[in-house]
Amino acid sequence: MAVASRKSFGEALLDLGGKDDKIVVLDADLSKSTMSKLFADEYPDRFFEMGISEANMIGAGAGLALAGKKPFICSFACFVTGRYDTIRISVAYSQTPVRIVGTHVGIGIGEDGNSQMGLEDVGLMRGLPNMTVIQPGDDIETKQAVKWMVDNDVPSYIRLTRQNLESVNGSDYTFELGKAVELVPGDDITIMASGGTVHNSVLAAEMLKKEGISAGVVNVHTIKPIDTDAIVKYAGSTGHIFTVEDHNIIGGLGTAVAEVMATSGVGGKLTRHGLHDAFGESGTYDELYKKYQLDPEGIAAVVKSSM
Amino acid sequence: MAQNYDISRLKDIAKKARIDVIKMLEEAKGGHPGGSLSEIELVVSLYAHEMKHYPDNPTADDRDRFVLSKGHGIPGVYAVMAQLGYWSSDDLMTLRKVDSPFQGHPDCCKLPGIEASTGSLGQGLSIAVGLAMASKLDNDKFRVYTIIGDGESQEGQIWEAALSAPKFELDNLVCILDYNKAQIDGFVSDVMPIEPIADKWRAFGWHVIEVDGHDFDAIIAALEEAKATKGKPTFILADTVKGKGVSFMEGKVDWHGVAPNAEQAEQAIEEISNS
Repeated sequence: MAVASRKSFGEALLDLGGKDDKIVVLDADLSKSTMSKLFADEYPDRFFEMGISEANMIGAGAGLALAGKKPFICSFACFVTGRYDTIRISVAYSQTPVRIVGTHVGIGIGEDGNSQMGLEDVGLMRGLPNMTVIQPGDDIETKQAVKWMVDNDVPSYIRLTRQNLESVNGSDYTFELGKAVELVPGDDITIMASGGTVHNSVLAAEMLKKEGISAGVVNVHTIKPIDTDAIVKYAGSTGHIFTVEDHNIIGGLGTAVAEVMATSGVGGKLTRHGLHDAFGESGTYDELYKKYQLDPEGIAAVVKSSM
Repeated sequence: MAQNYDISRLKDIAKKARIDVIKMLEEAKGGHPGGSLSEIELVVSLYAHEMKHYPDNPTADDRDRFVLSKGHGIPGVYAVMAQLGYWSSDDLMTLRKVDSPFQGHPDCCKLPGIEASTGSLGQGLSIAVGLAMASKLDNDKFRVYTIIGDGESQEGQIWEAALSAPKFELDNLVCILDYNKAQIDGFVSDVMPIEPIADKWRAFGWHVIEVDGHDFDAIIAALEEAKATKGKPTFILADTVKGKGVSFMEGKVDWHGVAPNAEQAEQAIEEISNS
């Protein structure tokens, strides 16, 4: 069943929040959208509505973390990461174990348009020392990723969708931080996707197979620490990695892969697909994914033209 | 009513701390004398009188927390904490040197006893709010104190934090403004005026007390009044002199972030010693 990862997160937080009273949740007037409301309704004493003051929310989260709580601070990805200096100093540099939750990522949010879309957030968070960056691809992965965040007292950032995500992992799946997951084996090219582009990449690979192209698909759910071994392996075996993300191709998954390919000496070609140094715009999810070629047909077409 | 205190002891700690500030900045050939000296009586009141804290156990669960939001003033705090037994005055001479735990702006990861890493202005008050929220969750386990700057009050995040503390009825939180009226590019009133200060914080829902920031009796009485004030946080507007204690620094913009040379340091120390 397809579930938006923001919803998976909300459900996970509600479940885990009942088992660990150190968990506290903060939101900036978006709890109905980030789904932190599920926790808020059940555990009002441990939920703090901070209003539209994201920087203060981040700082208060740091204070709560310093006093031994496990704070989840929630907003849209662009708004929370937009208060970058507060995250830089009060969270990353201070090493306060604040769990930053950024929802509504990518053009996938649709009609609200660019100002609400997280398109550069991975780039910002990735560049911070001490920060873990996770972008889960489906319901089961999201729930386990949230559990990882609860269990690990380190600064972390999770990137969540508004749109529904089809399952890409089996019911026996075990999330391992930093370990990319091969979903489809392939010989000619390796598609590396994350979050909202994972399932579409699996469908794209099926289309390409019909045209005689053997495209593998790897789910890179952890952008930091990036799975360097996987990148070296697939660059070596297929000679061509194709990254696809609902994010600027500058700074996110594509850039992280480029760094590994270039510095490892493994060689091989890299094609980065996503928002090509562009902002988003209004439209339905379907219209936008089609226009920006993040839908299965679009991904297949861009893969083909890159070969 | 404040517990009995020995004002001559407090003044002595302040004097020794001021001397150490001058010494460590001269040795480091850098640092912020103006704001380190203006805050001394405030910091001494907190560490030598008001706060429950344990120099031998800086991570004790129930300790009161102090966040220096105006992080550049950390030499003053390092110096006062030395007098209280956290480290020695000799240790302070490694200020700003590579691998020293006495970083140019406070780093809580490198130095137990320092509660938060600040220095990028505008962030410490929010951290203090979060600490106070945590304390409320745990039955008012500890109180939280923070010192902010007047230039720092130009940062938007300060006002986000100011909005939030009354909402959560953080009567365990005290925010002190070290109102020394000077920043880097000039006097606060010329750079970006923030007056009327007391009116603003009152309008935001804080209990406001105005004191002479160098008068121990007034500061301590204000801290008592803060403890007795229920349901809202307290803001103490402390009128201070930038560079207090050193005649050629007092009230001057120029001494915000410039260290005294050997000759100036000698003169400064002599003045402070004879005061």
